[in-house]
Amino acid sequence: MKLRQFHQAKWDEEVIFELGTKGERGIVVPPVEKAVADEIGDGISAVPEQLRRRTPPALPEISQMRVLKHYLRLSQHTLGADLNVDIGQGTCTVKYNPKINDALAASPKAAELHPLQDESTVQGALEIVHRTDLFLREISGLDRFSFQPASGSAAILAMASIIQAWHESRGEGKSRDEIITTIFSHPSDAAAAAVKGYKVVTIHQTEDGLPDMAALRRAVSERTAGLLITNPEDTGIYNPRIDEITRIVREAGGLCGYDQANANGILGVTRARDAGFDMCFFNLHKTFGTPHGCGGPGCGALGVVEKLADFLPVPLVDFDGRKYVLRHDLKNSIGKVRSFTGVFPVILKAYAWIMSLGERGLREVANVAVLNNNYILSQVRKIRGAGAPFAPGRHRIEQVRYSWETLAKETGVTSEDVTLRMADFGFHLWSSHHPFIVPEPFTIEPTESYSKDEIDEYLAALKRISDEAYEDPAKVKGAPYRSVVHRIDHAWFDDPAKWAITWRAYLKKHGSAKP
Amino acid sequence: MSDDKPFIHPYIPNSVPEVKERMLREIGVGSIDELYADIPERLRFRGRMDLPEPLTSEAALKRHVEGLLRRNRASSEVLSFLGGGCWPHYVPAVCDEINRRSEFLTAYAGEPYEDHGRFQALFEYESLMAELLDMDVVNVPTFDWCQAASTSVRMAGRITKRDEVLYADTIGPDRLQVMRNYCRGVMKLVPVRHDPATGLVDLADLAARITGRTAAVYFENPSYLGFLETEGRRIADLAHARGALCVVGVDPISLGVIAPPGHYGADIVCGDIQPLGVHMNYGGGQAGFISTRDEEKYVMEYPSRLFGIARTAVEGEWGFGDVAYDRTSFGVREKGKEFVGTAAALWGITAGVYLALMGPQGMAEVGQHILQKSQYAMNKLGALPRVRAPRFRAAHFKEFVVDYGGTGKTVAAVNEALLARGIFGGHDLGRDFPGLAGCALYCFTEVHSKDDIDALAAALGEVLR
Repeated sequence: MKLRQFHQAKWDEEVIFELGTKGERGIVVPPVEKAVADEIGDGISAVPEQLRRRTPPALPEISQMRVLKHYLRLSQHTLGADLNVDIGQGTCTVKYNPKINDALAASPKAAELHPLQDESTVQGALEIVHRTDLFLREISGLDRFSFQPASGSAAILAMASIIQAWHESRGEGKSRDEIITTIFSHPSDAAAAAVKGYKVVTIHQTEDGLPDMAALRRAVSERTAGLLITNPEDTGIYNPRIDEITRIVREAGGLCGYDQANANGILGVTRARDAGFDMCFFNLHKTFGTPHGCGGPGCGALGVVEKLADFLPVPLVDFDGRKYVLRHDLKNSIGKVRSFTGVFPVILKAYAWIMSLGERGLREVANVAVLNNNYILSQVRKIRGAGAPFAPGRHRIEQVRYSWETLAKETGVTSEDVTLRMADFGFHLWSSHHPFIVPEPFTIEPTESYSKDEIDEYLAALKRISDEAYEDPAKVKGAPYRSVVHRIDHAWFDDPAKWAITWRAYLKKHGSAKP
Repeated sequence: MSDDKPFIHPYIPNSVPEVKERMLREIGVGSIDELYADIPERLRFRGRMDLPEPLTSEAALKRHVEGLLRRNRASSEVLSFLGGGCWPHYVPAVCDEINRRSEFLTAYAGEPYEDHGRFQALFEYESLMAELLDMDVVNVPTFDWCQAASTSVRMAGRITKRDEVLYADTIGPDRLQVMRNYCRGVMKLVPVRHDPATGLVDLADLAARITGRTAAVYFENPSYLGFLETEGRRIADLAHARGALCVVGVDPISLGVIAPPGHYGADIVCGDIQPLGVHMNYGGGQAGFISTRDEEKYVMEYPSRLFGIARTAVEGEWGFGDVAYDRTSFGVREKGKEFVGTAAALWGITAGVYLALMGPQGMAEVGQHILQKSQYAMNKLGALPRVRAPRFRAAHFKEFVVDYGGTGKTVAAVNEALLARGIFGGHDLGRDFPGLAGCALYCFTEVHSKDDIDALAAALGEVLR
């Protein structure tokens, strides 16, 4: 397999404050009509003296083409999924985001809608939301979806809020003060529960990589409010006892929330309801093909069983048999977790994605994602220094958390070193593998979007770097060579006297000299 | 489509049967189903999901979705005067050009090496916002103003180690609902009355309610109802005198002409950047910012990513990375500050582009234009018989309350009649503010022409006759 002679663009681009000259303009604001100015005057005189801005903001002054060029150069310094074989940001489900869906969302009929328009003027938008709700009911087996949470973490917060409101409605709000999660569930499953004031009980895994059932049985009590759990967890191992886990929590009086941020390997294969969950959510920006946008906007579509439907955030979109309406009158609603009804363009793109694939296509997505993943597993095992902890001999679902432990022991080359060297081949191998239980971790999640040839190319880069580590470890440790920048000095990031979160802070702390 | 033919979709390359066979052989299994061996039969879904037949051709998909979208009326097809947390502003073409770039649109969470541009663009966003706000720290965007306000008061709670928040009872209703849920069980929210004539915070009521438990006093300026809070300094002084922080929500597009909250004593400033180059997107264009001084006790309480600038191994080269990453929930889970994850980064990059294009002159001009247009609209609507506009006797920015009370007409009836004339009238305030039944919130920006406002005034004149 040929490895490409990649080199990322390197413009040596300035920070934007170093560009432009006083007096340059990037865009001109329409002048107010003369008749308005004649009648009103300058407008500013009506503002009380103490509220007027005295010194203009020290924004740069740059002509339009230079602003454009600056940001285009920064875009070339960014490795979007459209440009690489983006399987190294495991857990993130970085897949193809169809261009047609972006084009549809850019239509003024979507982009220029105001969220408070009369319902009669947004029947198309509401129908899209409602139909997406119906689709997700089919996929999850649950009864009702809200699209208000703008991310997976926000959906977790909403689930914890529903757990809280449910127990409050039954007079047990104070006494049930614990939420159970597992160490391989997403950090937000613990963190968002804590935001709601819950004590978080974390179940660790046993040698097989799955949560310790005895520890779970010990953990449940009359203080248990609920469970927030991922399955498969970040190891990619499907937990066959998931229904036993939900039963144990349910019998203790808790509600069960399923973190399905990433459901890419199990669409149409197994459903939240069948595993005993009361709630689940899907990240539309993962499984359902909407772009990640450098980290949002996204949507954590939140589904619940019937008994929790009137706890959902408002408004919900309903069909009354004749027209689509926004419902605000939910008796036990937790209120809101975001403004308005949610991130509409993301819902629209997910709707179009599902419409393009249908039931057979969704199954095919899952099947091929799992096929690709297990193919990679079979190949990574052959790479010297790499391993796949837990569940020996078993298949995985959509991703695997691998380890460079052997490589690190034998060559001194760490997971971070490999990550930086991968950049030289035009690939991501990201570094976020929390919790760091697997030593020298790396996580690969191929999704359904990449061809076998592309996957082989990615694997060839891993193999090459392993070879380099054994032959010339210093080479790997000096990477990246063909990326935009070289090894970053972390000394400023954790020192309050030196960190600079803005350009003005940089100037104050480090003067105006170049680094 | 029958199930025995292979389903080969443009989005799924390895559906080609020969490829599948090769990969299965390599894995050492006979079928994909074997790969699901860990899922017990009792958990396998053997039914069919009731989904429509797929529209695998892009042309058919486009026709279908466009058919649905045609049932919408875009605010650009009518005259719309809706605001209330999502506002019509001019979006420069360069903003769309940048946020539709594949590189930014489809990037996610790469390292500061191969995603150097993402880090730099967001660092620059933080820096440009910091100039607008005249503060030294701004976060990578959170979901929206609602979340930004919620996190701001929770930060205040942690900084002061107190558990009560006083808020002006004129704040945006979505903000209040999100804050309520976000604080439930942890912090208590207490409303402070407004002066019914001016809308301003009732300082006597504030002084009476503030206690040694008060972590923060939160108000918005311009307020949700459009008036400017002129007593920000006195509110901040009252808060500080009792050891509380002053938290202010602000519309950033006002800051070319209106003093940023830090100038009158705010400790934490928050708001929404949708006005800065992001389309309304039916409410999907929101993104929240939080800003503070550059003090460790503030910085360490942010849940958000904070991108900082740094040196690299090569002289003269800029690098970027995460500042104080260990405070986030990624590493320390429930011990972290709230939680962090995907939020609204693309809109942050976009707002950076907007501020870079606008510069200080553009921000001053757009602020002035909005002041002039909204004051012109006040003159026109205020001149209508039996209409009170603005309802509050105060200076305003961009929005104001129009009171139809004297006309005997409901907002719903007025809006229905306006809609028939191709006008989206102001948002009905009755549900969220019982004291403002019969009142509507109107929004006027640089996208509205004098003729638009004259047309509105004429239509209202007919409707209310």
